[in-house]
Amino acid sequence: MSTALTVSRGTRPNYQANPATRETRGVRWLLLGLGLSFFGLFLLLPLVAVFTEALRKGWEVYFASLADEETLSALKLTLLAAAIAVPLNLVFGVSAAWAIAKHDFAAKQLLITFIDLPFSVSPVVAGLMYVLLFGAQGWLGPWLQAHDLKIVFAVPGIVLATVFVTFPFIARELIPLMQAQGRDEEEAATVLGASGWQTFRRVTLPNIKWGLLYGVILCNARAMGEFGAVSVVSGHVRGLTNTLPLQVEILYNEYQFAAAFAVASILALLALVTLVLKQVVEWRASAATSKEAS
Amino acid sequence: MISTRRRVLPGFAPTLGFTLFYLSLLVLIPLAAVFIKSAGHGFDAFWAAATTPRVIASYKLSFGASLLAAGINLVFGLILAWCLVRYDFPGRKLVDSLIDLPFALPTAVAGIALTALYAPNGWVGSLFAPGGALAPLFGEGGAKIAFTPLGVLLALIFIGLPFIVRTVQPVLEDMETELEEAAASLGAQRWQTFRLVVLPTLLPALLTGFALAFARAVGEYGSVIFIAGNIPLVSEITPLMIISKLEQYDYVGATAIAVVMLIFSFILLLAINLLQAWTSRRGARG
Repeated sequence: MSTALTVSRGTRPNYQANPATRETRGVRWLLLGLGLSFFGLFLLLPLVAVFTEALRKGWEVYFASLADEETLSALKLTLLAAAIAVPLNLVFGVSAAWAIAKHDFAAKQLLITFIDLPFSVSPVVAGLMYVLLFGAQGWLGPWLQAHDLKIVFAVPGIVLATVFVTFPFIARELIPLMQAQGRDEEEAATVLGASGWQTFRRVTLPNIKWGLLYGVILCNARAMGEFGAVSVVSGHVRGLTNTLPLQVEILYNEYQFAAAFAVASILALLALVTLVLKQVVEWRASAATSKEAS
Repeated sequence: MISTRRRVLPGFAPTLGFTLFYLSLLVLIPLAAVFIKSAGHGFDAFWAAATTPRVIASYKLSFGASLLAAGINLVFGLILAWCLVRYDFPGRKLVDSLIDLPFALPTAVAGIALTALYAPNGWVGSLFAPGGALAPLFGEGGAKIAFTPLGVLLALIFIGLPFIVRTVQPVLEDMETELEEAAASLGAQRWQTFRLVVLPTLLPALLTGFALAFARAVGEYGSVIFIAGNIPLVSEITPLMIISKLEQYDYVGATAIAVVMLIFSFILLLAINLLQAWTSRRGARG
């Protein structure tokens, strides 16, 4: 996914002051008009619609829908799934990036491609995989049943599906970053007698902290918002295996539109917070880069 | 030490070991399970389940609408990236940050928002519904957007847009103005410069973005199912077919369709990797 942390390189050239890179005023207005209309119609309008629909029946109904018991338990499950998936994928991302960026071994590119796999698998197929493994008809189904364990159509299945769809986010962010930074600093620290852990904590971590945070933010947003994969493994047990996005679907299908959009507005707020945090990290990262350069 | 290429940095074995273990457990083994399960049912059962008329209709819609959406995004994504890099306009930074909205907004939220907008009683949909301002353009009954394949297309445009903008934008930012200056000084018109100098430089990025948007759109579920209406043979997408087979406890059918989708994803992933290698080679040469 093309979500890599981009660090801007200082000033932008003034394209419109240069006759060679300038378009006529008509072309400029046409392109801006087309681009911004498309942006407004496809990105801005849906966002506005979420909040107006949520508040259509007033604040009272809005808060009542949010205080609903099933919505609150959906919120709890969403937070739980993210609280497990993000740290797991953080440990994985750091350890994969350390192995890949700081060492040489065969078939490295293949490993990177495998790490990317969850991005190209449809979320519905992801959910199906776990049903095939852990469901009643699945390979481990009979064994799980004999031991009275439930994975699919229960909370562990939701967590598994969430871990899968957010699998590559942090690794994807760290691998290119750590490859670009090279190994000199870590090697110097090691030669001077630092242990592996000390080297990582004192040398590597300060260098990668913005990329790491960026990956965590994106990973968390997807973990809390995942719908397809979680929908397949959840079994839609009300108050037990519903996450917030699934709760939106249930309310919507029951024609409780105001409530559905109220819950959706919480998720939309989360998306906006994610975008703001992402922007802040980008600013801080480019500030750090330009300070280093000067 | 006899080896001349010693590993200086510690921690190789445990980190690689954990990476491989975690990857196998969560990704590789479950993916293999889909193929092994499907193979266990035999080829005839696979073929019969993967090619029923309803499933074939869903392939046509999923692949067709995804291609079309990626194509539309190719044009408008390039225009947007161009505006963001080349022009100054009020709110440019805000537009730039909001481009990523489809990445951050949960798909179910996008799905119900788009449905609310494009349903016959929605803000945009009502313009095209009978009696709406734009309805006469489409004849007597106006036009229906939500709950038709057109609605599927709109949802896929929404989720695909950032892929094109975010792959083209950095290449456009890194492009030196010297080439355009050289073209202009040799007498090229602006449009000729764009077509013969700028566009070829952007081509690998455009194709990569197109492939990423296409791959995402084919597998997309959440933002589509609300607006699609899910009418058999008309507006059912392939991921929905997997869900509906699962709901009927037809595991053979669900697995067969999943195998088709996975094979397609792997081919696209390979294409995307090759395209990205091409893009970075271009970048290195420039």
